[in-house]
Amino acid sequence: MRLETGGMIDRETPITFTFDGTSYRGFSGDTLASALMANGVKLLGRSFKYHRPRGVFTTGSAEPNALVTIGEGAQTDPNIRATMQEIFPGMVARSQNNWPSLRYDVLAINDLMSPFLGAGFYYKTFMWPQPFWSKIYEPLIRRAAGLGALSGQPNGDLYEKAFAFCDVLIIGAGPTGLMAALTAGRAGADVILADEDSIMGGRLNGETLMIADQAGADWASECVAELATLPNVRLMSRTTVTGAYDQGTYGALERLPQGAYDTNEGLPIECFWRIVAKHTILAAGALERSIAFADNDRPGIMTAGAVRTYVNRWGVAPGQKIVVFGNNDDAHRTAQDLVAAGIEVAALVDSRPEADANGDFPIYAGSMICGSRGRHGLKSVQLQRLDGTTDTIEADCLAVSGGWNPTVHMTCHMNGRPKWQPEIASFIPVPKTIPGLFAAGACNGVFSTHRCLQEGHLAANAALSALKIKIKKTPIPKAEDQGYSISALWAVPGEARAWVDLQNDVTVKDIKQAAVESYSSVEHMKRYTTQGMAPDQGKNSNVQALAVLADVTGRGIPETGVTTFRPPYVPVSIAAMGAGAQGMGFAPRRLITSHKASLERGAPMIEAGLWYRPSYFPVPGETTWRQSCDREVGYVRNVVGVSDVSTLGKIDIQGPDAPAFLDFVYTNMFSTLKPGRVRYGLMLREDGVVMDDGTTACMAPQHYVMTTSTAAAGEVMRHLEFVRQCLCPQMDVHIMSVTENWAQFAVAGPKSRMLLNGVLDQRISNQSWPFMSCGEVSMQGVDGRLFRISFSGEHAYELAVPARYGDSLFRSLVARAETMGGGVYGLEALDVLRLEKGFLTHAEIEGRTTATDLGMERMMSNRKDFIGKAAAQRPGLSEPDREQLVGLKSLGAIKQLTAGAHLFNPTDNPESATDQGHVTSVAFSPTYGHFLGLAFLKNGHNRHGEKVRMVDTVQGVETLCEVHDPVLFDPTGELARG
Amino acid sequence: MRITCPICGERDRREFYYKGDALALNRPGPDGGEKAWDDYLHMRDNPAGETRDLWFHEAGCSAWVVVTRNTVTHEILAAELASKVKEAAT
Repeated sequence: MRLETGGMIDRETPITFTFDGTSYRGFSGDTLASALMANGVKLLGRSFKYHRPRGVFTTGSAEPNALVTIGEGAQTDPNIRATMQEIFPGMVARSQNNWPSLRYDVLAINDLMSPFLGAGFYYKTFMWPQPFWSKIYEPLIRRAAGLGALSGQPNGDLYEKAFAFCDVLIIGAGPTGLMAALTAGRAGADVILADEDSIMGGRLNGETLMIADQAGADWASECVAELATLPNVRLMSRTTVTGAYDQGTYGALERLPQGAYDTNEGLPIECFWRIVAKHTILAAGALERSIAFADNDRPGIMTAGAVRTYVNRWGVAPGQKIVVFGNNDDAHRTAQDLVAAGIEVAALVDSRPEADANGDFPIYAGSMICGSRGRHGLKSVQLQRLDGTTDTIEADCLAVSGGWNPTVHMTCHMNGRPKWQPEIASFIPVPKTIPGLFAAGACNGVFSTHRCLQEGHLAANAALSALKIKIKKTPIPKAEDQGYSISALWAVPGEARAWVDLQNDVTVKDIKQAAVESYSSVEHMKRYTTQGMAPDQGKNSNVQALAVLADVTGRGIPETGVTTFRPPYVPVSIAAMGAGAQGMGFAPRRLITSHKASLERGAPMIEAGLWYRPSYFPVPGETTWRQSCDREVGYVRNVVGVSDVSTLGKIDIQGPDAPAFLDFVYTNMFSTLKPGRVRYGLMLREDGVVMDDGTTACMAPQHYVMTTSTAAAGEVMRHLEFVRQCLCPQMDVHIMSVTENWAQFAVAGPKSRMLLNGVLDQRISNQSWPFMSCGEVSMQGVDGRLFRISFSGEHAYELAVPARYGDSLFRSLVARAETMGGGVYGLEALDVLRLEKGFLTHAEIEGRTTATDLGMERMMSNRKDFIGKAAAQRPGLSEPDREQLVGLKSLGAIKQLTAGAHLFNPTDNPESATDQGHVTSVAFSPTYGHFLGLAFLKNGHNRHGEKVRMVDTVQGVETLCEVHDPVLFDPTGELARG
Repeated sequence: MRITCPICGERDRREFYYKGDALALNRPGPDGGEKAWDDYLHMRDNPAGETRDLWFHEAGCSAWVVVTRNTVTHEILAAELASKVKEAAT
């Protein structure tokens, strides 16, 4: 119920939301958890395995119970912690893991079956029969054991990712973090202060502590107000730092408040940050742990710190009659705060016989709570006194404190292990486990407010010294400096089920069972019982679990050790980490200058690496791509065709040593290439395998333009830079990728020269531009380059202009081709044309083939050294039994060839042992009227004219083929020269 | 992970392409013999400790950089231009 006064909520601003279809009202500043508590709603969810009724347990990101689904339709977000979710107008929240309803959940029967469902149950039960696993058991278990469900629709929310840089990153804005931020901020350091709460201040907002003679929460808000005025300080609330990575890089998840704006249109709901910090102060505080006793998981049982926070920060009474149960002095504060708020304290139960407390309520020292009642909400607890007598105390809320665990997680993200500190019965960080990170305050095992302020101040000054920033005197305000006295109590003895990990339903019994079955190492126990493996990662329960294990095994807690802490600290949605990479954002798109013109002609664009290339250009009346492709091939073979080839890599190479450089990277000679001439070149990797092929043109002395295949452009550029910088730094040569600076078009076919002569300012002839020549040209005053090269075997040219003229040149070339009876052709036709001529693509140059395999052994010069030469001479790279490039055509009744099919001798049984090779590229050739293929066949160079059997077991195609030379079209090359 | 490019300064490792051991700088001569070539092409140590690797600042200045780092602590100890390292060695 809402208290009359108090709390950091805005009572003037009511907010209406729904939970499981019922409408409720809260206030601005409420979380879903505090708002539901104010409305008397205690039951928020069902547990993972036993479907036990559960309520709110904490106030923050460690919450194990109150997981809900927020939003509807495509904007559904499951497994949101009600303790983190701020309410906003119109918010729709639903409970999870129940059917038909939260109150009457059919699978609550699992709870009655619990004697059979203990640790290791899945491993032991669902072993046989084996086929049952995927068909019956797994679907059944997945349905029964569960969290929230996704909508099944593409995510409708927006996400972002971003980078940030700072001198000092401060993680956590409690007293330690605020003091550190003040100290570093006033001195002028670039500070990022990140805190996962919506309001900075940490525990100060949940306690009634005083700092500098004012309420701690007021001191915090004054600090934040001052920090907000400092231009060198960036305040990031609602931001959880999730992991520590190398060289001072931290991951952080920022949640943006929904409904805080008039419209959320265009605003992300989460942003994933990568923060790079020179220095980091971890001021992450501590997490309160529970004490295990029979049925300690009922709605209404929560941590003592949470009870205080609901009262002090949100002005909500978690119950009408509250029992406080603890093993440390900190718990006593709870009773005092409750009394101050006018809430009845039914009892203060302290397990320490020497415990001393004052108050107008029953105090039981040396006593424990050993049981509870109340199906959907706590009704009473069982008291067990020091003398063994028991009693029942009526209560609707139990505040439990088993002590505080420093939040050491971040210090362990690089193999660090925390150290056991007996005085606080918990683990503290070991210094220097993360370079540049220093833990301070409660996460360092320091629990008084005064000492937290002091550590924050010291850590900031240490950071300033390391950064060589002048320290400015910042006084430490007065605050309480009480001791923290605790006597470890992990589990109240008893036979009934006592929960440790609430989220994964792990009980003391399960941990004992694991130890009995020899899963006694902490990492084994964790995996056998699933302790700490739920979304909360056991934040409240891991230390308790290993203490129970230590007890059962008779080892000490330090010997038992902790499990490995790994990032992220809180669950991070994949959508946030991959923000911007959905749909077309998955990869950058590289568009050719004729992209628009191609779309206007209805060409389907297909991906070629990051590029988009037109597949074919349909005309009215054509119903299949083959019709378009065959027509386009005909343009080139009979008239003239135009195609955009700009995607090929273009590399400008200049300098006095450019000829020597080219000789070194190509297998064949280039230093002999004269200006105005083009040569085909073959490039190997250093291991002797072919890397790429292409042409290089000599534009002028010491100036070359290399082309690479579209697929290998990046790899070749990297390789050339490697050779230049790492192998030949003495060479005076410079290289530059100019792929996107030039638009380049193939003009191919018997009438190609006629077309060009209508475009170029100066006419060309076979004498002035013979085959494999190149040079500068101009078109209406625009300078360009013309290369007489052919990828189809026809008389052909490639014409290049600066990219800004690409669109207009493309349109002009296509229009001229069309008036001549030709036209534009796409990637499909280009592939058919090169297959007819036996030219290669990366279907053939696929990372395993050698120059000899491709029939190009004569291109490896013996007059010079070149990359790959030594390795290419190894006998294994040229032995005759290797698969060598051949051409194929089908002979059988079935005319189709398929890429990826395997080849066998006609009489052999087709199996891997008799495999003779495989098909790499196929196409229907309209020029020859049948399918053509390129293939790799064992000893293929000597098998022209033989018959092989092609078997494609995937597509179910089988046919008899004849092996021939890869070059079918114009083997003597007369057409290209003519 | 952050690498300090000698030309551009400290950058996120996503800007770099990783090649492997800086041994790649020591290419044997054409007549280096089978053993030398086999070692150069195939033999690599996998040290727990210091290693020297080649990284290419592909999304930056196109410099090849020799990065000395510790595989155990992830410390980056040095980053030098590969061309300078190569020139110093020859």
